[in-house]
Amino acid sequence: MENKTIKNKTTVKALNGGYAMAEALRQIHPDVMAVYPITPQTTIIETYAKFKADGLVDTEIVQVESEHSAMSATIGACTAGARAVTASSSQGLLHMAETLPVVSGLGLPIVMCVSSRALSAPLNIHGEHGDVMAIRDLGWVQIFSEQAQDAYDNTIIALRLAEMAGVPVMPIMDGFHTSHTTERVEVLGDEIIQSFVGQFKPENALVDQKNPITIGTLALQNTYFDFKIDQEKAFQKVKSLYKKICVEYGKISGRKYGFFEEYKTKDADFVIVMMGATAGTTKDAVDKLRIDGKKVGLLKINLFRPFPYKEVGVALSHAENIAVLDRAMSFGSFPPLYQDIVTSMQSAGSRKHDIASYVYGIGGRDTMQSHIISVFKDLEEGEIGNKIKYLQ
Amino acid sequence: MKLNKDTFEIIFFARGGQGAKTASELIAHSAVREGKFVKAFPFFGPERSGAPTKMFLRVSDKEIRTQEPVTDPDIVLVLDETVMDSQDVARNLDKHEILIVNSANSKEDVRKRVPHFKGSIHCIDGNKISADIIGKPNPNMVLMGHLIKVTEIVDLETAGEIFREVFTEKIGKDLTEKNIRAMQAGYDEL
Repeated sequence: MENKTIKNKTTVKALNGGYAMAEALRQIHPDVMAVYPITPQTTIIETYAKFKADGLVDTEIVQVESEHSAMSATIGACTAGARAVTASSSQGLLHMAETLPVVSGLGLPIVMCVSSRALSAPLNIHGEHGDVMAIRDLGWVQIFSEQAQDAYDNTIIALRLAEMAGVPVMPIMDGFHTSHTTERVEVLGDEIIQSFVGQFKPENALVDQKNPITIGTLALQNTYFDFKIDQEKAFQKVKSLYKKICVEYGKISGRKYGFFEEYKTKDADFVIVMMGATAGTTKDAVDKLRIDGKKVGLLKINLFRPFPYKEVGVALSHAENIAVLDRAMSFGSFPPLYQDIVTSMQSAGSRKHDIASYVYGIGGRDTMQSHIISVFKDLEEGEIGNKIKYLQ
Repeated sequence: MKLNKDTFEIIFFARGGQGAKTASELIAHSAVREGKFVKAFPFFGPERSGAPTKMFLRVSDKEIRTQEPVTDPDIVLVLDETVMDSQDVARNLDKHEILIVNSANSKEDVRKRVPHFKGSIHCIDGNKISADIIGKPNPNMVLMGHLIKVTEIVDLETAGEIFREVFTEKIGKDLTEKNIRAMQAGYDEL
């Protein structure tokens, strides 16, 4: 509601996730932000537009006619040498899909804040991960957030990571559950964030006339494959940089981020793996079951692309049974996170585990602690089939 | 059984445009100012002016993690009693808990609409009180003042302070002070 920050001191505010991301962007102070509204992302861009109207930022806000144009304008600004950001969701994100591999192929350090939402048809504006899963293999880093605090922190981490690694980064929050819930957020001082992210120094810039370059060249059978292998190699370097940035961010914020969060997993026989907002509900369910002496835990994935296979596999190796909860449909196959966890267990050379697949929260369907408790009960009783179960 | 015993859980029933979101968020801001943890969120339906709406508010001294909707509230506030025609606002409210209704009717009349509810009902004529003080029927601040009195989740002074910070520039000093007086009047209602 109000915007008062102290330059070099932390301020505690009541913010929703959309405002929290906009607040992080205000402190980052990008040169250009291309905007096109879509629920439940609009809270981000409308808050930022207000910052501009109030004279708090001098970012060039570019109003465009579609999300495809929003990303195209962001690409144009970034290749020209500007620090450029945007935000999207759902159908808008998919409308951008054509431009997303252009960004990653060019190695542009663009940050796009995403409030994840269901896909049409039928029309539904509510939260789930179907949109971000549909574009997960296009070379964008994907970082998931649980609460508004994470949405704020991850936006700052994303910007630093993008510019250090030369890759585009997508900080993601669950639409409505995180984007529209007002909660306690610690906002670091403006000067602290500005010093953390530093000045943007583009490696190459189209407007640098003394050093002309070609961007978006043609690469045919003899070179395209090599470009793509190089891109994958560069993308794999993201993991160590992300880890390093999280440590540095921990020093200024006191909050620890990493590939994943382990909640009471150390001695847990039964572990749920999931991402995003509903992890909070699972933590409460874990605490409740722990009172009854159940050895249960949660592994919450933060960095989803590139996926930390080996580290996840090691972290889960001592669990007896594992349930993977995906907030996305994946027609004709097991859902994305489930597949990644199965691969993690293989790549860590772990003994054979029973891993169950559940899908929850589609189109904003409520997920209650009773759902989570029923999953742990299945794990305890060895009720693990080879079919996906739906937490309706 | 309540899963979050150390968390205060409230549901606001209203119609779109009546200010339930503003009231719940003002309490959320006040609670955060006082060092507490909150989650304030709407029932995620499409927002249309005039349609029935629901706001959920959790306040605690500890971090609040669950993302579930509130299903077992400690207190329920109804800004528009006509929503009681279509919704059971007293669902899961037990005999030790409170239902606050913006109504010119008597407690007895309101109780007839929730016959299963055994707790206490507070009828506050927020429309009249706000019309007298603010000059138009904006009952949300009156009802919010009463909610603060009954629950003591935040100090009335903090809520007034937050209101001034948020609204003075938007609606001017005069209207801001009138709204704060309306909040005080709701607080003073027995």
